[in-house]
Order: sequence, then C-alpha cells, then structure tokens
Amino acid sequence: MTDSIAVLGMVKVVYTLYTLAIMSLFAWFGYSLTAESRPKKIIRIPFYLYIALLVLIGVSIHILTFNKIPWVEMDLKRAEVTPDRTVQIVIEDHKFILPGDKVTINCNEKVLFSVDSKDLTYGFGLFRPDNSLVFQMQVVPGSKNDLLWQFGKNGTYTIRSTEYSGPDGVPPLKDAVEVQGCE
Amino acid sequence: MSFFKTLIVGEQGAFRPETLTPLQKVTLRTVVIGLLWYGVAAIEGMMMRTHHVDQTILPLDNAHFFSIMTAHPIVAIFGSTYMVVFGAFIFLVPFLMKKPVYSIKLANITWILIAVGTLCSWTACFLYKYAPLYTLYWPLPVDMKQFAPFGGFLFILGVALIMVGTLCFIFNIYATVFYTEPGHEKRPVKPLLISGFGIDGLLNLINKVRGREPYAKEPAVSLPVVAIFRGTVDTFLDALVILSCGVLILVYIIFHMAGSPLDPTAINALYYKNWFWWGLDLIADGLVLIYVAGAWYLLAMLITGKDLFMQNVARAALLIELIVSWAVWSHHLLSDQGQPNMMKITSGEMVTAFELVTQGIAVFITLMTLWRARPLKWTNELKFLLGGMLGFALAVPAGIMQADLGLNRVLHNTQWIIGPHVHVAVLVGLTMTLYSAVYILFPILTNGGKLFSQKMANFHFWAHLVGGIGMGAFMGMAGVNGMLRRTLYYNGEFNTYMILAAICGALLLLSWVVFIVNIVLSVGLRGLIGIYLPAKVKGNHALPEG
Repeated sequence: MTDSIAVLGMVKVVYTLYTLAIMSLFAWFGYSLTAESRPKKIIRIPFYLYIALLVLIGVSIHILTFNKIPWVEMDLKRAEVTPDRTVQIVIEDHKFILPGDKVTINCNEKVLFSVDSKDLTYGFGLFRPDNSLVFQMQVVPGSKNDLLWQFGKNGTYTIRSTEYSGPDGVPPLKDAVEVQGCE
Repeated sequence: MSFFKTLIVGEQGAFRPETLTPLQKVTLRTVVIGLLWYGVAAIEGMMMRTHHVDQTILPLDNAHFFSIMTAHPIVAIFGSTYMVVFGAFIFLVPFLMKKPVYSIKLANITWILIAVGTLCSWTACFLYKYAPLYTLYWPLPVDMKQFAPFGGFLFILGVALIMVGTLCFIFNIYATVFYTEPGHEKRPVKPLLISGFGIDGLLNLINKVRGREPYAKEPAVSLPVVAIFRGTVDTFLDALVILSCGVLILVYIIFHMAGSPLDPTAINALYYKNWFWWGLDLIADGLVLIYVAGAWYLLAMLITGKDLFMQNVARAALLIELIVSWAVWSHHLLSDQGQPNMMKITSGEMVTAFELVTQGIAVFITLMTLWRARPLKWTNELKFLLGGMLGFALAVPAGIMQADLGLNRVLHNTQWIIGPHVHVAVLVGLTMTLYSAVYILFPILTNGGKLFSQKMANFHFWAHLVGGIGMGAFMGMAGVNGMLRRTLYYNGEFNTYMILAAICGALLLLSWVVFIVNIVLSVGLRGLIGIYLPAKVKGNHALPEG
C-alpha cells in the first residue's frame, strides 16, 4: 500500500506551488491595478468557465484521492472486509491499554485497530520515528472507533493520542507497534 | 504640532468627539474594545508559541498552557472579531439604508455584554485554569477531576453572556432593516425580506435567461446589507446552538457542585459533537465567509466609487452560501469512524468543496469591480482588501484539502489545520479585510479625523501580511511533518518551525502595536476618552445632520 509519507510529500509540493502562484497573481494584480499604463495583454477567463474550473477542482480532488490513496476505499468499505487480525486497544483514565507489551504486525496484513474509550474523547495515531504521521482517528466514548490499515514497510511506530483530553494528557507509547517481514 | 500635543488632541486636532452621533460613538466604543482584545489574543499567541519552543522560558504549567489555549479563540473570535464586525455593521446598516438605527441602547448593551462575557471566560481560564478548549468535546467540559467546577461555571457564564450580546446585535440589525422610522411612510416587509435573502437577485437571473424584464430593477436592500442580513441568520443559529451546549454543561456543573453529579454517558458524545460542530461551523464556514464577501463588495464599491460587477450573481451566490453553510459541518468529523460514510462524503467532502465556488465567486466579483475602475491609488483600504482576499485564497484551498477523506487521515489535528487554514483565514483573510474597513471608515466615523502616519500604516500592512502568511506557512510545514495541534513537545522535535513561526508571530504583534499607536496619535487621548463619554448630539442617525 502507498505509504502516507508519499502523500504528505505530494501535499507539500502541490500546496507550495499553489501558494507561490496565487501570491504572484495577487502581486501582479495589485501592481496592474495601480499602474498608470494599462497592461497590454490580459488573459480573458469567462465567468462561467472560471466557475466550472472551481467545481472541477473541488470535485476532482476527491475523485483523485479516492483512486490514488488506497486507504480511502479501504476505510469506506471496512465493514465488508474481513481483517487478517484485529488489535483491541482501550484508552481509560488518560492511558493506552494494549493487548500486550507491543503489537507486532506482519507485512501486508490487513489490521483492524479497534479503539475504545472508557471516559473522554481521545485520538489514536501512529507516528514514525521521525515524528511524521502514519494515520490517525478520533476515539469517541460510546462510539465504534475502528480503522483498517495495511503496512507495506518494516518499522517501529509510536502511538500517540491525537486529540486533546485535558491537561493530564495521554503519555505516548514509544515503539509500541512493530511491522516486520517486508522485503 | 508637538508630539505631546498630538498625543493629547490627536493629529491636527481634527478629531472632536463632541461632534459624534450616538451611533458613531457606540461603533467606535465597540471597535476599540475589539482591537484591544485582539492585542490580548496576540500576546496569548506569542506566549503559547514561546512555550512550544522552550517550556522553561515562561512560568507556565501544562494546565495553564492549555487554559491559555482555551481562552485564545474566545478572546480572538468573540472578544475581538465579533466586536469589530458588530461595531462596523451596526453603523453600516443604518448608514447604507439611510435610516436611523433601531436602538442605541441595545447597541451599547451588545458591546458591554460581549466585552464582559469575554472577560468572564478569560478569567475562568486565567484564574481557575479551566481548559476544555473551544471544541468542548463531550464529556471533557464536565470532567471535574481535571477542572475546578467554579472555573467551568464562570467560563460558560462568559460564553452565555457573549451569546446573549450576540442575540441583542441580531435583534437590533433586523429591527433596523424592518422598522419604519417615525415620519416615514410604512415600509412593506415582503420586498425587504425577498431582497434581504437575495431572492430578487436569483429571480433577476432567471428572468434574464427567460428573456423577461428583471424582477426588481432597484433592489429594496443594498448588497452589503444583504450580506449582513444573510450572515446574521447563521450568527443567530450559531448562538442558539452554543447556548444550548452551554446550558447542558452548566446543568452538569451545577449538579456536581450540589453534590449529585450526573452521568456523562447519558449524553451521546458523537451526537453532541455533530450538534456542536453544526453550530460552531456556522461561524467558520457560515457567517465569516458571508460577512467577508459582503465586506469585500462594500469595500470594492467604496474604493472605486462604482457599482458592483455582476450584482445579481453576487446576491444569488450569497443565498447559496447560506444554504451551503448549513450542510458542511461533517468535514470536522472525517476522522470520527462512527460518523456515517454518506455524511462524510456528502457534507464533509462534496458540499464543503462547494465553498471553493461560493468564495471564488466573491473573489472574482470583487477583483473585477476593482479591475474595471483602474488605475486606482495604492491606498490603505485597497492594499488591506487585497491582502484579505489573498488570505482567503490561501486558506480556503488548504481547508478543502483537509476536507478530504484521504488527506484528512494524515492531516487532521496537525498544525496544518490551525496554521495554513485557520490562522491564515482569520489573521490574513478576515483581519486584513477588517483593517481595510477600519481605514476606509476612519474618516467617516470620526467626522474627518486624520491619520497620524502613513509610514506606520505601511509598516502595519507589510508586517501583518508577512507575519500572518509566514506564521501559517511554518505551522503548516510542521503539520505536514507530523506536529499535532493541542500537543506540547518536550524535546524540541519541531523547534526549527516553531522558532520561525514565533518570529513571524512577533512581527504580527509588532504590527498591531504600531497600528494602535498610530490610531491613538490620530485621535488623541482626549478623543479616546471622549468616545466613552455620553454623546452631545441627539438622535439615532448614522452621521451628524447637515
């Protein structure tokens, strides 16, 4: 499965390029607006084409990510998928309670993380050693909080609560998840 | 004129508070308090940013840090932004409709309630370290193991006062639109309602397509008033939702204080979250976007002295924006696995993406209105208006990216959402739009008051723009690299980004200081005090007669 680090890298590139483009556009617009001589050539964009373009961008982002980011479809259809294994985790009184000392996962296993909160709203996220985020979900008390994931790389991951649960917080569990068996 | 004399009487002594109408005074009172609360929010922001970098610099423990984080949006959104916006709108509606405001007394009650309410909530955080954050995720606000009950009581009381003040503002706005002033022929309600909701713009467009005469050649309500009218619907709904949550929390706290605590599991946390976000999102994705669009239209018309380009489309778009704002809250729950998939896809992704269109229309119409009037002078109001539009042009796509099931999985609750989206939208988009309004309305509200220093205004613009975008950018970079919001890191994991963001934050704070000094030297201390003294001019009109 595509690693989320690749998706985050794409986000960086796309948004940086967009930022530079839109700032340049506004700078040019501000200059042209106040310049005494009118600019010779203007790109003429008809209003309805512009609107169509915005609709296209708004919709195509979701179509693109649905088709290119594998965890989207897997997440939407997780109720129909039988996971290779289920990892039951409880959060109570600001602590993660794992089924054992450590969760060991085999490469390409479809793992369902099912996390239950006994008191407050928390979050559940897996982080790489460089602190980048693999995935996260909210953990709402009285609600089903499950996430299906497939790991395609070996590594150890830290579990953190990704939602604020008061100043007491939740201590992260360093290297609590290990993926092995990938080539 | 000596510096000391300028400090006392203002630039050239041009501002004389005794000439102000009661409405001008109440507007200036509201805006001044709002600008001061902005400074408090900026200082809080810098404190948190410093603490992010090094937890030993400021004497803050965890509880205090998160209580500042709780107070920060209350101060920034309600104490500052609501006040500045309400102050401006309570002046603009009667000013644009050329009729007196419905009630000066109610306008005074509005700003006092919001200012006192903000102070109550801030005190609850500062003294009692009440820290459930603005999200108030159930059952955290009633977790009395972590928080003192009185702190919770005071915080919710403050929010309730703010919401009651908001309801007073709403009543005053609608009453001003609909009431018939003494001596005027009866104003019929129907055309005002149709125009207020922008239905006339939509009907004009339909008639144009069908080759018929326009439904209304002269709309009953001017376009900026339509935006205020429309945005205020969301303000009303939002106030009701927040009040209802506040009452719920208060009931739990009071029962706890009485020694009979109620069971928090009696409330379904996910339903509560949906209800709360539906209301809260009416601010972020409702009234802010609608009010801002209206402000852009008004500013473009005032700057160019011309009619707005594509008026009917703008009116119709405001109506669509209102409806869209009621159906987008699920993008805040894309990471809640109990939320039905259909709601995530429709409300969370598709309807939310429509904001790109509604906001895009507002940008297009405003830019075209400016473009058709070129060449324009590089005035303070023009540059701040362009800065404000740039802010939203940066922040809205960042939010649309976040409101995607695939990207949300790796961006939710990171610094991405609070940096490039929230802070750039609020600080660059919204605040620069408000500054544009402040600069253009300053001579109108002060009856010819003069700005002390254009150089200081230039510094204000550039420092605010660079500081705001820079801070958002560095927070965003930290977010993409995994830094969570609402989380403290103790080993300097993201210090490079946080130090750079802090430098940009300091620039923002400095720009506000320079702006305040410029304004104080423009109106003088005598003028500043005079704003808060009773008006000598009588009547509810916007401007002095004659």
